[in-house]
Amino acid sequence: MQASRHAGPASLPIGSDADLAWVRQQVRQAAAELGFGLVQQTKLVTAASELARNTLVHGGGGHVELTPLDAGSSQGLRLAFVDSGPGIRDLDQALTDGYTSGGGLGLGLSGAKRLVQEFEVDSTPGEGTTVTVTAWATVVPPARTVPR
Amino acid sequence: MQVSVSEENAEQEPVAYQVSAFLERRREQIAQRWADAALFRTVFTVSRDEAVEAGRAVTAALAAVAASGRVDDIRASGFEAVRDQLGRMAASRARTGIDPDGVADEVAALREPVTELLRAEFGEPYAPEAQEAVVALTVLMGTLRLVVMETTVSAGEELIARQREQLHEVATPVIKLWESTVAVPLIGTLDSARSQVVMESLLDAIVAERARYAILDITGVPTVDSLVAQHLMKTVAAARLMGAECIVSGIRPAIAQTIVHLGIDLGTVLTRSSLEDALAYALSEQGVEIAPLRAAGAAADAGTR
Repeated sequence: MQASRHAGPASLPIGSDADLAWVRQQVRQAAAELGFGLVQQTKLVTAASELARNTLVHGGGGHVELTPLDAGSSQGLRLAFVDSGPGIRDLDQALTDGYTSGGGLGLGLSGAKRLVQEFEVDSTPGEGTTVTVTAWATVVPPARTVPR
Repeated sequence: MQVSVSEENAEQEPVAYQVSAFLERRREQIAQRWADAALFRTVFTVSRDEAVEAGRAVTAALAAVAASGRVDDIRASGFEAVRDQLGRMAASRARTGIDPDGVADEVAALREPVTELLRAEFGEPYAPEAQEAVVALTVLMGTLRLVVMETTVSAGEELIARQREQLHEVATPVIKLWESTVAVPLIGTLDSARSQVVMESLLDAIVAERARYAILDITGVPTVDSLVAQHLMKTVAAARLMGAECIVSGIRPAIAQTIVHLGIDLGTVLTRSSLEDALAYALSEQGVEIAPLRAAGAAADAGTR
């Protein structure tokens, strides 16, 4: 809880379903504090949920680093999902809508990419995968209270 | 595992056996002293006899463990006889609001009175053989402390697991809204385990209520990602197989936009923005209309003017 209160990177473990819920909660809180609107919050939390589940299911667990960004007029949040799993062999295929290796809908990686402004995958087969996403709090929609 | 000191004087009686014999011999005195220690005094508040009885049982268990030579093994079979009792005592302390550190300290405090008695057994209380025996006893009491803590932790884990189960059941009530119309208000995280419970209770309710319309309200679900969407679609498909039409309601604007960006196709699922709309749809499909009681009269008035 304290981790996201002040500007500074925070690291959360991803090792179980309960951790996924915790990651979602922390990302939502961090985004709300940075002035993200409700839609941006929801998008980023959903992207985080997809990527954290990938880290858990495909990467065999890992962690996520939350880094608040300050670019003068706009606040951003960077999330780096790190695992040391088998890696992604064919990145283009993994980013294709509907392609799944885990029995899901095949929208996790590609969907998450559409939900954020910046998206980067760094994967070495056999060594692990790091997915880094960044979202910015645009000024258009005013921040509203988050329904819990 | 044997204590290392016992190997050095193999020709003598191993020190663990000496400790075991001592515990057997002085069981009554130890139990009496423990009855006044913080742990026993606060757990057995009603009767001192009960505390003494519990102390005797714990001492006997320690003697059995020492006799088996496994003074540093928390899995030693000697502990089995008192594991439940120790768990109940730790749980009873926990209920009074004391934290695990406090319980550990109270167990640690049991060592001092026994050590005193053990030293008194020797002519020279600080002779090397007395020291060896005290070391063995200290290891044994340390193991007892670990056993108590382990029992506490596993009791806590059991409690958490049980509460998680309860949460699954509590969080998924199926409500009959109208004849042959049921609704499930979903709240919180919809993970695989919970969505399984939701599906089962919904399908059961469809049979029990002979429902033809089932409303899944996701107003209380904070995040709809692809897995949640997949669970929803599976539930809808299963309900359809049972002959009920499913309506997903409570889709907030932010969730709707996220679903579109994520690329989830909910085209095959009937959706409404609010539970009210979903109920109105289900009713109109059944030829039921809800209208104010005076509507007919008011219309007639309007006609005459």
